[in-house]
Order: sequence, then structure tokens, then C-alpha cells
Amino acid sequence: MADPMKIRAQMKGDTAEIRVLMSHPMETGQRKDNAGNTVPAHYIQSITVDVGGKRVIQGQTATSVSRNPVFGFRVKGAKAGDKVVIHWEDNKGDKRTDEATIAA
Amino acid sequence: MDALRRTLLKGAGATGAIAAAIAAGVLKPSQVLAAEYNRAAFEAKDMAGALKNIGAASAADSTGIAIKAPDIAENGAVVPVDVSSSIPNTISLAVLVDKNPLPLSSAFDFANGALPEMALRLKMGQTSLVEVVAKTADGKYYKAKKEVKVTVGGCGG
Repeated sequence: MADPMKIRAQMKGDTAEIRVLMSHPMETGQRKDNAGNTVPAHYIQSITVDVGGKRVIQGQTATSVSRNPVFGFRVKGAKAGDKVVIHWEDNKGDKRTDEATIAA
Repeated sequence: MDALRRTLLKGAGATGAIAAAIAAGVLKPSQVLAAEYNRAAFEAKDMAGALKNIGAASAADSTGIAIKAPDIAENGAVVPVDVSSSIPNTISLAVLVDKNPLPLSSAFDFANGALPEMALRLKMGQTSLVEVVAKTADGKYYKAKKEVKVTVGGCGG
């Protein structure tokens, strides 16, 4: 099981700023280890973000995203106290869901 | 006693059927949760292939897409990029790195108040154009690009 995500969600005016750091190796499948063996690709494939019970963002990613991916989003109309639920799934079937509350 | 055993057997049978469906490839685990992974686009080895597979082969150049990225990235493993679209009704943004072995890095859909913008960090193997494709609600595609010079590559190390 992967490490928890770090989620920061804060209101700025009528818009919620959400930043999330996911802990993931994002192996490209092109890198070789010290013994010269190719390290198999291992990367996050899908991400969803729900705010206040509504799906606001859904996306797909591949190996061109950096290790321990950081994403920033802004959601208009969200309110302080709304729950933010973020979920990812990788190409090996690992997944993780974490949540946070939007701060005022 | 016998009735309980029946129930258990039935339960086991149902679970077995789902497992078999997954094994047969009828039900992919990812499909249950989200839209199917756009494998063809993400595994395309060049820009043209990636653009074609996200449906954006004939995207028009637009000044409505802003790409904020460093002109020179010292570390290609972590290139911070901010993209946003001011094109009305943008519902989706995709970020591509021209010279990477697999150019398409990510594609995100926005709904329910999410602004069509995102910040992310890209890996870049070498100096390359970063292209952003925006899709609008009426199915039109627009794109913009920016060159980022990379002094140390981030792919394959």
C-alpha cells in the first residue's frame, strides 16, 4: 500500500485551491537498475477528485509525469468545510484514496 | 443448516463469475471505477499518434491556452508546468511533451465548477516543446506550445 497523499485545500475568494502530492515511483519502464535490468513501468494511470460529493476532475496520466506527482487544481463554487476526496490507481492495480476538508 | 450451506454456495458462485469475467478480459478492473484508460494515446510513441488518439489531430492553434513553464529547466526529472485555458467551455486539457519516448503525459476532464487549469510536474528527457491541447464542450480542439530547454534529462537517468 502506498503512502498517504498530502492534500491541501483552501478557499481563496469563491474558489478552492487544491494541491495534492502523491507518493509514487512513476517508473517509466525505460530505466535500468545497477545490474542492467530494465525496471518495469509502474505509474499512476487514473486520478479522480471529488469535492462535496461531486466529481470535479477525472484524469489519466502516464510516465511523463514526475516521480511523487504533484497536482494543483482550482474549483469554483466549493465551500469551506466541503470534503475533498482524491483517488488514484496505477498500472499494477495499486490504489489509494485520501480525503481532506477545505479550509476557510 | 442446509439452507445456510446453499446461501454460501450461491455467494461463492457469484464471486467466481465476476473473477472469471475479469480473467476473460470482459471486465477490466479499471473500468469499474473510471472511464477506460486511453492506452492507444498514452502508449503512442510520437506526437502525431498521441494527438490522433485523443481525437485532436486537427487541433487549431490558440492563444487562449496559457502554459507557464521555465524557459530552461535544470532538472528534467521535475519540470513544474502550469496550464490554463481561457477558451469558453473548456472541459478537458491534455499535456504532451514532444520529444519524450511516450509524449502524452496526462489528460484531465473538468466538471462541476473545476476551472480548466492545472499545475503538474513533468519529466522531460531532453529539450522539447510542451504542447497543451484543450477540448471544448462542443467537441472542438485547440492547442498551444512552449519550448523548454533541459540541461539534465529526466528519463532513463
